Amino acid sequence: MSRRFNCTIRVAGACLAFAITALSSLALAEDEEHKHEHKHKNDMRSVPILPLYQQECGACHIAYPPQMLPAGSWHRIVNNMKQHYGTDASLDAATVKELEQWIMPQTNHARPLPEPPEDRITRSEWFTRAHHEVAAAVWSRPEVKSAANCTTCHVTAEQGNYSEHYVRIPGGGT
Amino acid sequence: MSIFPSPSVTRLLQVLALALVAAAPCVHAETSEQILDQYRTQAGTAPDPSRGQQFFTSKHDHEWSCSSCHGDKPVQTGKHVVTGKSIGPLAPAFNQERFTNTAKVEKWFRRNCNDVVGRECTPAEKADVISWLLTLK
Ligand code: HEC
Ligand code: HEC
Ligand code: HEC
Repeated sequence: MSRRFNCTIRVAGACLAFAITALSSLALAEDEEHKHEHKHKNDMRSVPILPLYQQECGACHIAYPPQMLPAGSWHRIVNNMKQHYGTDASLDAATVKELEQWIMPQTNHARPLPEPPEDRITRSEWFTRAHHEVAAAVWSRPEVKSAANCTTCHVTAEQGNYSEHYVRIPGGGT
Repeated sequence: MSIFPSPSVTRLLQVLALALVAAAPCVHAETSEQILDQYRTQAGTAPDPSRGQQFFTSKHDHEWSCSSCHGDKPVQTGKHVVTGKSIGPLAPAFNQERFTNTAKVEKWFRRNCNDVVGRECTPAEKADVISWLLTLK
């Protein structure tokens, strides 16, 4: 079963779950790494969430973890909030700057993520791989509405936990 | 428990400092009546709740109405029309955080009116909407 979400970085002898590095190598992470510690494996809150980020980026959808996109994508997103995926989410420059200062350090991964089409998490290679067992028809169920609506299935996503152990698909099955 | 991945202590401190600044309590403490008054003054006319309801529940040559996300009668939790995320009730009697911070109110009127009407709302339109929301008990 390849859905393992492993720790792949070790810093100063400790195995850190720097979450996205694990994500970016989801398909690669295999046997060898099963030996390493798993306790943080789905924790996207290795850095506590900035209240301003929660407030400004968590009103219309879940506040997506910065680790899930590369710096270039975030830069384009936060600097173009007036035309944000079909909606006006305009922000003042000072807020944008503060958000970027918090987001960017979390995007430095051992292996940089490629920039996905439309700068969408849901169109990232790692996302497709992580969800390959989810049947295509599930995404178009009315209860799911959008793949970007992580919380419909990941019941602990608000806490930064996307573990496959806390997934409940509305309408059942996978 | 969880270990910070920040490469340097400096960066960690920066992040914490930022978090503290952003967590500082909000000093605005307006009431919905005061915010309505500001718009009434700017508009120079008396607000009309039924016009506010009409404005809120109708489409304005765009895809969505205000109701698309907030519901026809925003005394209940709404649902973002694209993302499905729930949105707390807009009527102040059902959500005491609503219309207590002018900057927040202005930010959302700017965005949402742009999406729904294709321009900013006028002070009269804003006053109409708030006066209607205040009648919902
Ligand atoms: C006014 C509402 C609103 C606000 C505020 C908002 N967004 Fe969004 N965002 C949307 C909508 C609508 C979508 C499209 C969702 C979909 O296609 O299902 C979206 C999509 C996204 C996506 C792509 C999701 C995917 O498909 O992978 C990212 C990333 C994103 N937003 C980041 C942010 C960030 C960062 C902020 C804060 C700076 C923010 N958003 C604030 C409405 C908003
Ligand atoms: C339709 C339901 C659904 C939605 C919506 C959804 N996921 Fe998932 N996700 C799943 C399922 C099911 C799995 C586990 C797949 C498996 O076991 O093979 C999964 C796995 C994952 C994993 C790997 C977890 C692990 O333990 O290996 C990550 C990370 C993840 N999803 C992130 C997201 C993010 C981020 C979003 C929103 C942008 C999202 N998912 C939206 C159903 C969903
Ligand atoms: C596409 C979805 C959407 C549409 C359409 C929409 N809104 Fe909103 N609105 C939101 C979201 C999301 C929030 C912020 C969520 C929160 O604070 O809980 C919000 C917040 C607000 C607020 C902030 C109130 C406060 O003090 O907290 C006002 C005012 C508002 N909307 C008015 C309107 C009006 C008027 C319209 C129609 C012109 C409208 N909205 C249309 C999604 C929408």
